[in-house]
Amino acid sequence: MELKLPPNVESGETLTGAEIVIRCLQEEGVEHVFGYPGGAVLFIYDAIFKQKAVKHVLVRHEQGALHAADGYARATGKCGVALVTSGPGVTNAVTGICTAFMDSIPMVVLTGQVSTRAIGEDAFQECDTVGITRPTVKHNFLVKDVNELATTIKKAFHIATTGRPGPVVVDIPKDVSMQAARFHYPEKVSLRSYAPVTRGHGGQIKKALQLLLEARRPMVYVGGGAILGEASAEVTELVRLLGYPVTNTLMGLGSYPANDKQFVGMLGMHGTWEANHAMQTCDVLLAVGARFDDRVIGDPKHFAAGNPTRKIIHIDVDPSSISKRVRVDVPIVGGVKEVLHDLIAQVKAAPQRPDPAALAAWWAQITEWRAKDCLKYNRKSELIKPQFVIEKLYEVTKGDAYITSDVGQHQMWAAQFYRFDKPRRWINSGGLGTMGVGLPYAMGVKMAFPDAEVACVTGEASIQMCIQELSTCKQYHLPVKIVNLNNRYMGMVRQWQEFFHGNRYAESYMDALPDFVKLAEAYGHVGMKIEKPGDVEGALKEAFAMKDRLVFLDFITDQTENVFPMVPGGKGISEMILSEEL
Amino acid sequence: MRHILSILVENEAGALSRVAGLFSARGYNIETLTVAPTEDTTMSRMTIVTTGSDEVVEQITKQLNKLVDVVKVVDLSEGKHIERELMLVKVRAAGKDREEMKRTADIFRGRIIDVTDKSYTIELTGTTEKLDAFLEALDRAAILETVRTGVSGIGRGEWVLKV
Repeated sequence: MELKLPPNVESGETLTGAEIVIRCLQEEGVEHVFGYPGGAVLFIYDAIFKQKAVKHVLVRHEQGALHAADGYARATGKCGVALVTSGPGVTNAVTGICTAFMDSIPMVVLTGQVSTRAIGEDAFQECDTVGITRPTVKHNFLVKDVNELATTIKKAFHIATTGRPGPVVVDIPKDVSMQAARFHYPEKVSLRSYAPVTRGHGGQIKKALQLLLEARRPMVYVGGGAILGEASAEVTELVRLLGYPVTNTLMGLGSYPANDKQFVGMLGMHGTWEANHAMQTCDVLLAVGARFDDRVIGDPKHFAAGNPTRKIIHIDVDPSSISKRVRVDVPIVGGVKEVLHDLIAQVKAAPQRPDPAALAAWWAQITEWRAKDCLKYNRKSELIKPQFVIEKLYEVTKGDAYITSDVGQHQMWAAQFYRFDKPRRWINSGGLGTMGVGLPYAMGVKMAFPDAEVACVTGEASIQMCIQELSTCKQYHLPVKIVNLNNRYMGMVRQWQEFFHGNRYAESYMDALPDFVKLAEAYGHVGMKIEKPGDVEGALKEAFAMKDRLVFLDFITDQTENVFPMVPGGKGISEMILSEEL
Repeated sequence: MRHILSILVENEAGALSRVAGLFSARGYNIETLTVAPTEDTTMSRMTIVTTGSDEVVEQITKQLNKLVDVVKVVDLSEGKHIERELMLVKVRAAGKDREEMKRTADIFRGRIIDVTDKSYTIELTGTTEKLDAFLEALDRAAILETVRTGVSGIGRGEWVLKV
């Protein structure tokens, strides 16, 4: 029987599906694939074995592969790539896929599947990958014909990296990876049902300009979209041009230099007093690549009712982010970089300037809020304060490290006390809030930037969720520094139990903790235990001086420390609980 | 408020589950859903009847548009439109009720498409309200079985939903 081929592949060489997969990755310029082999992907691994351009990083659990690829993508802006087998390989990967999805991270996830003829027969290691992953991906594909494999992978990269980015799963049955087809990698693909907008609407930008220039209490609120959209330079230029206060969300940290005087700190549930009050009180709010989520503005009714005359301008590449939780006045759909570029040009061209007297009065108000010093903590404690560790980490790394974190109190302290001046330096799970991401994130970042300092700020609960990756770090010589803020509690759970559940610490105590120093040593790394505030700086310096070793720094911190300010769940953004230190 | 959404989707395996999954995942209502390929067999057209506030329906439309397989979404209820639903009803039609049943079907312009000596199967097309009204007009005990397609809709006049 004659081999039937679509017209556009007639010229290419004949390869197996597995070889096609690897050639596609090479064509995309992929350097690292994070994965774990298994039955359904054996042909693909065989193809990996036979070439050198695409390096495979073997993790110890599929979740680690997804997080590492995700961290790699967050730090570089490139598309992360992971490869896992069918069935349990996929189900283990789901947490990582969803983590990337919630933070709009571009990833292509290649999954093995049982052979096409076995699909639906409850075959060994079979699961409905497309079905399981559907609600947690930007898109997914099951490739049933080897002739469609290359085009499908091209589509996957295109969809993952354009518009609002996100993970795309390509499910490849074993027989498809074994069969042969002519290889042709299309230079580009176009999909009639998928055409993300980049340029913003001119009329809307004009309306935004007018509102911005007439503002008396303006505020700029920048989220992760500005980082994903590579718009930090534009954000910084616009904010400085206007002289307005600016805040970042957890995901937006680094999009505007945190050391700049116009930066009022992070906003939200653990945002600063000044950022949250400015957000609530401003008369014109410019939202850039942010989505007004529950951890940022709290109760949307309180946010709207507390200031019904506030005008909101919202720039976002995803139309569905606009007016989802908060009704906005001037929506601008488009790439944040492109829209801000146009907006800056119009601000420069406009004869009008913001009212200097009104702006001065607004800054005076903000200065008053700032004077509250809401992040103040007890510096005289004989116990190690977690905030102090982050401050010292900042000093020792001169503010220039890549900081990954897990999820919980330590994450918030890292966000509050490590002042990020550059984008893509702060790598954490904001949307899904996945404990266990920190170490694999650090692996992905170190893989991308071997010469950069990479520190994982974590806690004794989170780190144990992907602790097995210490072995991967050994194998690939990834000398990251683990800053474990060990308070012997799931700190954030304990904090909520203290505030809202009558101090009943149900199951939030980490009993029978391992000796982390010995554990690090068992994996072939260096472990250090630090129990006194006076030893913090020295330990950090010593650890970072060991350039070629992974060092696990186990800081025994104050068990009762809480993250302040805090907006209780469901409350308004300005209804903050403050530290007793104030 | 009730809205009728017309959706063109790629005729791909899984497109229906993406749409249906979106509604369940985000807690939106589906009252009826119909789907079949169009004259261009690479595309299917869905009609979904949903209810929600204007804000919710705006979100539904945006979320549908975000699905990669969705080519176009239109809220038919924003303009003049025609909607039809098909219903097949099997009713008890024996003895003295047999003639009356035929008369009722005629009043609603229903067609009897299958007959036994004890039953009729009636085909009825119209708006949801008309179909509901027909069922109301029947003696509840006479209804043996009903099956409805859900609403299909199209815009009035020369306006067309195309790619």
